[in-house]
Amino acid sequence: MILKFFRRKSEPDVQMAQGLEKTRRGVFLEITRLFERDTLDDDLYEELEMLLIQADVGWDVSQKLVADLQARVKQGGITDPLLAREILREEMISLLESASRNRRVKILQRGVPFVIMVVGVNGVGKTTSIAKLAAYHQGFGRNVLIAAGDTFRAAAIDQVQVWGERIGVPVIAHEQGSDPGAIVFDAMQAAHARGVDVLIVDTAGRLHTKHNLMAELSKLRRIMQKTVPEAPQETILVIDATTGQNGLVQAKEFAAAVDISDILIAKLDGTAKGGIAFSVAKELGTPISYVGTGEKATDLAEFRPDTYVDSLFFGEGEGF
Amino acid sequence: MFETLTDRLNETFARLGRKGRLTEQDVEDAMREVRRALLEADVNFKVAKDFVAAVRERAIGQDVLHSLTPAQTVIGIANEELIRVLGEDGQGLLPPERPPQILMLVGLQGSGKTTHAAKLAVHLRKQGRTPVLVAADVYRPAAVNQLQALGKQIGIPVYEEGTGHDPVDIAANALQFARERGYNPVIIDTAGRLQIDDRLMQELVNIRDRVHPTEILLVADAMTGQEAVSVAQTFNERVGASGLILTKMDGDARGGAALSIRAVTGVPIKFIGTGEKLDALEPFHADRLAGRILGMGDILSLIERAQETTTEEDAVEMQERLFKGQFNLEDFLEQLQKIKQMGPLTQLLEMIPGLGAQMRQAKAEISDDDYKRVEAIIYSMTYDERRNPDVIGRRRTARIAKGSGTSIQEVKQLLKQFEEMKRMMSQMGRMAKKGKMPRGLPFKMG
Repeated sequence: MILKFFRRKSEPDVQMAQGLEKTRRGVFLEITRLFERDTLDDDLYEELEMLLIQADVGWDVSQKLVADLQARVKQGGITDPLLAREILREEMISLLESASRNRRVKILQRGVPFVIMVVGVNGVGKTTSIAKLAAYHQGFGRNVLIAAGDTFRAAAIDQVQVWGERIGVPVIAHEQGSDPGAIVFDAMQAAHARGVDVLIVDTAGRLHTKHNLMAELSKLRRIMQKTVPEAPQETILVIDATTGQNGLVQAKEFAAAVDISDILIAKLDGTAKGGIAFSVAKELGTPISYVGTGEKATDLAEFRPDTYVDSLFFGEGEGF
Repeated sequence: MFETLTDRLNETFARLGRKGRLTEQDVEDAMREVRRALLEADVNFKVAKDFVAAVRERAIGQDVLHSLTPAQTVIGIANEELIRVLGEDGQGLLPPERPPQILMLVGLQGSGKTTHAAKLAVHLRKQGRTPVLVAADVYRPAAVNQLQALGKQIGIPVYEEGTGHDPVDIAANALQFARERGYNPVIIDTAGRLQIDDRLMQELVNIRDRVHPTEILLVADAMTGQEAVSVAQTFNERVGASGLILTKMDGDARGGAALSIRAVTGVPIKFIGTGEKLDALEPFHADRLAGRILGMGDILSLIERAQETTTEEDAVEMQERLFKGQFNLEDFLEQLQKIKQMGPLTQLLEMIPGLGAQMRQAKAEISDDDYKRVEAIIYSMTYDERRNPDVIGRRRTARIAKGSGTSIQEVKQLLKQFEEMKRMMSQMGRMAKKGKMPRGLPFKMG
């Protein structure tokens, strides 16, 4: 009924490769093998589609990849399966690259803290990823500060603090249950006062369906912008590599709420394939910029489409 | 997000229906849509294949070809089949051979073990039990603190030995502690681990062999993709699982992982985690999950959301006013704001089952700006006008339109629709008196 009222009338590539090793041994290696046959037949395409689905690439993108491959094979009169495999590889890389090109150029200015806001649903690995990002920026000799903005989950603040001590990064924290906005405000002040290069803001995990929690994220942004108008210069959405098709919905909803600039795929050290990356790249064009591959602070790598696809395609770095 | 299976099947059959008769190929097309729905819901591809084969067999048996409503028939079969595979509704926890009952939670990192250990404790305390929580995750930074903080919050004791001890010893000591103090059940929170981490999987085996848990509960995230099968299979083979807790079902994940896990391992689904609050644990209902996997809408979740934003008393009072025709524009404004709190209207609409293509069309035209427009019109009225819209004549209408930056026509339209709604509401009120309407809902939509 109420509806009626609304009707209008009228770099560290090696590490990434290592992390992907187990992933590679799974389904994508089977893709490599799939093409080790004499002819290109319908069975091959059907099996390929299944393998892509199995890697969480998703129905739509799998269909598209297979259809594009079939079209290009037909068009080019290709009969050599290995050549077809190379085409598929190119298609997959270019799909990811089209999103990577959207990666914004980020400039660190002296005297202006580079603010990174990290968001995601519950349990994807935000806090661990923050420690990794902090270590990553430390590696460039930058002065890093972390804001413990997850004041909701029990002991989330302790968790950040333990990490902070381990890697030697100071943490701005209030007590549990306090207003994350106040922490962000304090952290912004502290970042200025201490001449911090990079401020990383943790946020509480939230399901993208919780409308008011999503609105809270935009509030945090506004607080940052009072001190640094261009903040947050990086807004990273963390997606768990084991996530299925819901990952795309998450990315869409978070992007709508806070303008996601980059995506970090966490937990890529398991057998999960992280195939949702393809859907996200295709549908949203948001660049996948980082991958998390383990539980150590150094287990973070920059995402490179060719390395990602190649390490999924080849065994131990060998080429075609 | 995704078009629902109902829509797609309707489309498929409508397209074909015009030819006159449905053929076996048409049934194949329908099966393709069923399979697609399952894959989009993250059901494992092998499980989806077997499932579709079973549905096809039944569909042919039930003669979908001659059915007047083939789409409905296919969905009915798919739904029934899903409920069958998903198994019985949440069977309770197994009783221990001798007390205390020991519940061990296992799963991947971030699946929600610690939170659900606390939820289980609250759930069991409600049944008059005296649970103790055991912090056996010595790896993740502050995992012990997290369980302690949760224990404090809910007033349930937590057994811990910090992070310097072997989890196997911690579990054994905790059991001893529980026996001495008479705690029952003992709920053990273990560290999250990858199923391919051999050393950590062995640790679970060691804990199991030391304390002999009554139940080993696998905690799995409803958003898990194709990986769910490998995870569940490995945990089940190595450690053995007696039940599944499906977490984060308060989101919009279809939860197809549950079907895969159940189909491949046979492990029964026992509980569903539906929120961050520590009482957000529900027994599993196969029919609800089946509807969700098929994208048939989720009216129950809609009602639950409505309940989150309004108290029962408020709702009952508002309904009384609605049904008596005393509802005015101020009440309307208040309801509008409550709906806004529930989430974007587009998302709410998706929860309504059987919402056809026409409705989805309407949905596309509604944006948050529409909320604002309606609000602006009402805000531009005086309090008198809001309470008694009848006084609004031509001049007042013009003033309101000017004040809200809308047109006279828009203001008139809103007033007309409001009157219509009021009239329908009081009709519903008369029906409610005869017991035909559910009570306690703040508003009706659609």
